[in-house]
Amino acid sequence: MPSLKDLRLRIESVKNTRKITKAMQMVAAAKLRKAQESAVNARPYAEGINGVVNALTASLEGSDNAPPLLKGTGSDQVQLLVAMSAERGLCGSFNSAIVKLVRIRARELIGRGKTVKIMTVGKKGREQLRREFEDSLIAHVDLSHVRTVGYGEAQAIAGEITGRFDAGEFDVATIFFSTFRSVIVQEPTALQLIPAMTSPPEDTARGAEKGSSFYEFEPGEEEILDGLLPRALTARVFAALLENAASEQGSRMTAMDSATRNAGDMIDRLTIEFNRSRQAAITKELIEIISGAEAL
Amino acid sequence: MADSMDFELLTPDRRLVQCAVEEVEVPGTEGDFTALPGHMPLITALRPGTLRIRTDGSESREFVLSGGYVEISASSATVLAEQAVGKAEVTRERLDAWVSDAQQGAEGKIGVEKDRADKYLNDMLALSRSSGN
Repeated sequence: MPSLKDLRLRIESVKNTRKITKAMQMVAAAKLRKAQESAVNARPYAEGINGVVNALTASLEGSDNAPPLLKGTGSDQVQLLVAMSAERGLCGSFNSAIVKLVRIRARELIGRGKTVKIMTVGKKGREQLRREFEDSLIAHVDLSHVRTVGYGEAQAIAGEITGRFDAGEFDVATIFFSTFRSVIVQEPTALQLIPAMTSPPEDTARGAEKGSSFYEFEPGEEEILDGLLPRALTARVFAALLENAASEQGSRMTAMDSATRNAGDMIDRLTIEFNRSRQAAITKELIEIISGAEAL
Repeated sequence: MADSMDFELLTPDRRLVQCAVEEVEVPGTEGDFTALPGHMPLITALRPGTLRIRTDGSESREFVLSGGYVEISASSATVLAEQAVGKAEVTRERLDAWVSDAQQGAEGKIGVEKDRADKYLNDMLALSRSSGN
């Protein structure tokens, strides 16, 4: 049975915790709004560039001289997994969900005799993956100094990926990030970056209404693709970064919300216990006084 | 709507402009050209330069681009630019930053890539000179 003083201290400490989690929740909510906004703003460009890539891919179909970024190296022996996670913790299962997906994929690939290389973006993912895949980690992008992710960061990451691809370090690249569905639902997602031609380009509403396969190209298809593909890749990385940022804040908001609620419940419970023990102490003293008086 | 087309200027961060225009003048890598509504579908690369749109009547707006792509169809024109600013907001510092990026890009390249980077740099220098204010 803890003493009254212990209980009082305990209640104080839980109250402090609640203040902190409440503050974190509100900060996350504000950041989430901003992150969602930038994700929405970035969508038209990403869609536009994908539309152009799809139009080009459609017109290049069946041709042998598509650039390797689009077609791949013809092998899938060496796989690069790019794990994008947060720089900070305390955001529920956000980081572990991404890491789990990477881990499953990596184990499966290793099981099939493939070589796995892992590149990490964000500190938390690296920490978790280091335990099992220490030797596979080939690169890390540190975003701890970045307050809001911008296109510059995406360019740096995409540059790193294409640079390593050009150097022949891997055949297939996949990025792992969390898609933002809603504040409570964030979906860990794997997206293949290289080769970019995975499924036949979908007939999006955009492409269909314009009759995408009838485009003229100036200069030639290949030349446009050479410059365009790295940009399309950057746009995808950028979109992933923004989705991730929104997911992280959403996840943190929900996590901190339930932490605040739990702290509240705990305070209630402790307060009841505190009052009971106080009452018990008073009753005990009264009994002592009364029995003392009776004895006289 | 035969006499106007949907115009969009998109950058990675946001949609800069979306409006109906009567004509679009773009700095293509193979030369500047003007697209009117009803243009045949075309996708082309853009060099650093000035993009001009004419909305209804004689009102026109200009934007400075650091290169990009344009997708033109009979009823729409979509410009995808990594960096774009309204002509009025262009500053010397920004142009200088673009030029130094281009210079860095041209370093250490060989063959076709070198030619391409050099051309980009030259276009950028020309743009920088012409919009000096």
